[in-house]
Amino acid sequence: MTDAQTPNSFRTGPDERGHFGIFGGRYVAETLMPLILELDRAYREAKADPAFQAELQALHATYTGRPSPLYFAERLTAHLGGARIYLKREELNHTGSHKINNCLGQILLARRMGKTRIIAETGAGQHGVASATVCARFGYPCEVYMGATDVERQKPNVFRMELLGAKVHPVTAGNGTLKDAMNEALRDWVTNVESTYYMIGTAAGPHPYPAMVRDFQSVIGEETRAQILAAEGRLPDLVIAAVGGGSNAIGIFHSFLDDRDVRIVGVEAGGHGMDVHNGHAASLNGGKPGVLHGNRTYLLQDEDGQILEGHSISAGLDYPGIGPEHSWLNDQGRVAYVPATDREALDAFQMLTRVEGIIPALESAHAVAEAIKQAPKMGKDEIIVVNLSGRGDKDVFTVGKILGVEL
Amino acid sequence: MNSLPVTRIDARLGKLREEGRAALVTFVTAGDPDPETSLAILKALPGAGADIIEFGMPFSDPMAEGPPIQAADIRALAAGQTLAKTLRQVRAFREGDDETPIVLMGYYNPIYAYGVDRFVRDTKAAGVDGLIVVDLPPEEDEELCLPAIDAGISFIRLATPTSDDARLPVLLRNSSGFVYYVSVLGVTGVKSAAAGDVAAAVARIKAHTPLPVMVGFGVRTGEQAAAIAAHADGVVVGSALVNAVRDSLDGGKATAGTVQAVAGLVADLAAGVRRGRN
Repeated sequence: MTDAQTPNSFRTGPDERGHFGIFGGRYVAETLMPLILELDRAYREAKADPAFQAELQALHATYTGRPSPLYFAERLTAHLGGARIYLKREELNHTGSHKINNCLGQILLARRMGKTRIIAETGAGQHGVASATVCARFGYPCEVYMGATDVERQKPNVFRMELLGAKVHPVTAGNGTLKDAMNEALRDWVTNVESTYYMIGTAAGPHPYPAMVRDFQSVIGEETRAQILAAEGRLPDLVIAAVGGGSNAIGIFHSFLDDRDVRIVGVEAGGHGMDVHNGHAASLNGGKPGVLHGNRTYLLQDEDGQILEGHSISAGLDYPGIGPEHSWLNDQGRVAYVPATDREALDAFQMLTRVEGIIPALESAHAVAEAIKQAPKMGKDEIIVVNLSGRGDKDVFTVGKILGVEL
Repeated sequence: MNSLPVTRIDARLGKLREEGRAALVTFVTAGDPDPETSLAILKALPGAGADIIEFGMPFSDPMAEGPPIQAADIRALAAGQTLAKTLRQVRAFREGDDETPIVLMGYYNPIYAYGVDRFVRDTKAAGVDGLIVVDLPPEEDEELCLPAIDAGISFIRLATPTSDDARLPVLLRNSSGFVYYVSVLGVTGVKSAAAGDVAAAVARIKAHTPLPVMVGFGVRTGEQAAAIAAHADGVVVGSALVNAVRDSLDGGKATAGTVQAVAGLVADLAAGVRRGRN
């Protein structure tokens, strides 16, 4: 722990300037600043407005399919021979991941602010699909920036976005992954700031995005808490989620942060391994604090402060940064962040598919990989909850390629 | 708090005010296309007619730049440019020129990685007069703006079409040297503004500050520079100059014509700026 004192609560951040300890903030070009301040005001008003919350809840009930089930993975539990494993089934949501939770909240906010055009960045395409979906539902034009490399490895999602009426811009700058897509989305926003709402897909970016996205995703943890109490009569011993930017993770973690008996683990993309230079996307385990995309957070970077590209088998985790609240929780020691390699994620992907009949997204497979490591070391009366943030249909081509299967 | 810094920028702009002409502010990326050629370009700028030099600190993720400066940053980083090398180039420039103001421009992360205290100390010692850091709005003044002021370096702000009368006092607080008016919404090197819009915007900014107002974004030719100079205290040109570097290269390498390609365009722009008020 870097701070001398442990706070009374881990759930009160950020401060009014958007800081979680030294992390967060508003590091954006001046052109965007008036809009960022307006967004902050608009979001605070919406958050306090019962009509806004009621509309969001009604949409979640009938459009998203919330609450998502908490499923006891009986065969996986037996297979691993240790702790009882529950899966929070966010992959059953409409559009196939947790991303819809955030997009529905943000589209209602965009409408409230009178914006007429939506832009988004996407890595795996899950956020792009969720953005295109809510834009179709509410009748907004939608443009999605996606790295050219990701366009290639996530073709099914690109076509899905196009079916939904979105325009997908492949970004060739850099390595053509999520970081580059975010740069290009910011460039679009600076150019079209008056008309355009930027729907950021993860709990990162300038304040208020990290707090706002967390709030919209916190429904995951609130439900999980009630569901595990109903199922087991007590809180879990361990909560696990995969972390790229970290929105599904903060969504399930936030409700448990002040329950000191609940261990919380975030799983970063270990890629080819932590000892391979620029071969992973584990910002907390392999990076240091810096400033990018509007916030201070842990970043993969070289000695001169140039941002590295990173690598992960999973396009959704292939990002050199992480949400600022995670950086703070890491430094506070409240959440443990560990890496899982491409190989471990792939093994977990196959195991969950065979044993439970659930194909997880490669992102979520990183969290499953950690459960596979932890469960056998825990008692049979202990409980693990894994956030199964997305389904793996989009990944079958990537996995097929690695396994040498022609699709 | 200490009073705001007074630097070579103020001396130079004071002199131009007496001469009754606008300033030409030229931007080039440090280390583009390679460290040696970049230093030669830097040294050639004042002779060609540049009044103030913005020296870009290359960054891997320049979010507010259009394709020309993105490409220049990539060229510079590929050629091994670092922040330490940029400061070394400024020191080398200062050995032969103690009057032309130099403003370092870039993004915060390389500075943060270098260390803020060390950065302001080393930049001041190298002979830097001002800083423009695109992703540090006044809300984050404690990061670098205030330490820079304490070290005697001007912190120069970008004002934009979104800077309304409520916002301008916030962003002008703690700023000195000049105000850089970004005349269009967007990234560098793409669109240019109409002269009439520029005149109105400059007048609006001047109602809030005695600082000179330099206007940039999308200026490519002497003719455009002349039109802007008629309404502003100076004209900033960047993307056109880094494109001149790009167009002079052969297989990505500098040629015998690279320095002259930049200097020639600067001379044309300087002539435009000088006839703008006539």
